[in-house]
Amino acid sequence: MNSNIRATVIAVAFFIGLGTGAAHVAAQPAEPVIKITAKKFDYTPNQVTLKKGVPVVLEFTTADVLMGFNVSDLGVRADIIPGKVVRLRIVPDKAGTFTFFCDIFCGSGHEDMTGTITVVE
Amino acid sequence: MKKFDRRGFLKLAGLGGGVVFASGLVRLAGAADRTAGQSAAYDDFYFVQLSDTHWGFEGPPNPDAKVTLKKAVAAVNGLAEQPDFIVFTGDLTHTTDDPKERRKRLAEFRDIVADLKVKNVRFIPGEHDASLDKGEAYQEFFGKTHYTFDHKGVHFIVLDNVSDPAANIGEAQLQWLAADLKQLPKDANIVVFTHRPLFDLYPQWDWATRDGAKAVELLMPHPHVTVFYGHIHQEHHHMTGHIPHHAAKSLIFPLPAPGSQPKRAPLPWDAAHPYKGLGYRSVEAEVKKDEYVITELPVPKG
Repeated sequence: MNSNIRATVIAVAFFIGLGTGAAHVAAQPAEPVIKITAKKFDYTPNQVTLKKGVPVVLEFTTADVLMGFNVSDLGVRADIIPGKVVRLRIVPDKAGTFTFFCDIFCGSGHEDMTGTITVVE
Repeated sequence: MKKFDRRGFLKLAGLGGGVVFASGLVRLAGAADRTAGQSAAYDDFYFVQLSDTHWGFEGPPNPDAKVTLKKAVAAVNGLAEQPDFIVFTGDLTHTTDDPKERRKRLAEFRDIVADLKVKNVRFIPGEHDASLDKGEAYQEFFGKTHYTFDHKGVHFIVLDNVSDPAANIGEAQLQWLAADLKQLPKDANIVVFTHRPLFDLYPQWDWATRDGAKAVELLMPHPHVTVFYGHIHQEHHHMTGHIPHHAAKSLIFPLPAPGSQPKRAPLPWDAAHPYKGLGYRSVEAEVKKDEYVITELPVPKG
């Protein structure tokens, strides 16, 4: 059974895109990054809270087999490839709670590999 | 050739409580009227569809898992009139990471269904059989994962949407499908067997084929197409345009209706009503009318 592990845009304060070669340009607000680890047969975290209209980068890794991440309600998906860091930028355009799931069959328990994204106003 | 009589069959099969679902496309007047010569080539017949037997599964959702498939085989053998052929629409076995165990399950499944009286048996892989090794072990036992065959005026097409673990049919197979359809008359009677739904039934539970819409698009110009599939462990009927899609029950455990609960967990075994929600079906093809009469049949408890 998956433990409920939560992440929110605000709580996770990793930042990307802070290039040093553009000091003369007004600083762009960095997009928050939420790291998600996939393994047979769960995601950590498996509950993610985002804010409507606020871009966020989901950063996936797995030390396991090829897996998928699909939020069909938000129209986004990614392959999670062993040995790579896969980034998926999302700008949630609607509030609600949406299921994400593995859409690449990965074994007995694949069907339980799910989580939720909650988008708040 | 014997003319199949549906009413006679229903009576013979003793279908007390069975649900009869008439599916199909009653041909429009004047559309594709057949010549006397052509109609002589047609004959009604019926086949049996079994699905999602998940041989090797163990767990509370089916404490009778070791005998359910054998009971289903006995039930089919007990039908008063035997079908022309039998089709298993995928997930013959429950998945395992161990290639040796996978082959053991496939071999045990093959040996159990060898007891079917009808020897014309067709197989299709499910993701549990084929997704972890791209169908390698499955093909050792059951041959090609996509193929066609013809039976009494109906062209049957078996599509593989599971050997790719990402649930794609794939461009190569779609081209093969297009070439097969191209050599058929437009008004051919076509039945497609596949494992996953070809349409987005409920993608949140992975009840979809990623490029299924491309297959449906290829089939769409043909007015007489019907799809039978498995995967979702319950009876379900859906139309994409003029094409009906019929999902079959499982022979291991039922799953909830699409989106009816947060998780697609198996429905619990009901000790008061063992085998509730499990079953198989007969499909009577009234070829000339392009009509398929589906009868859902239970697995006997005894």
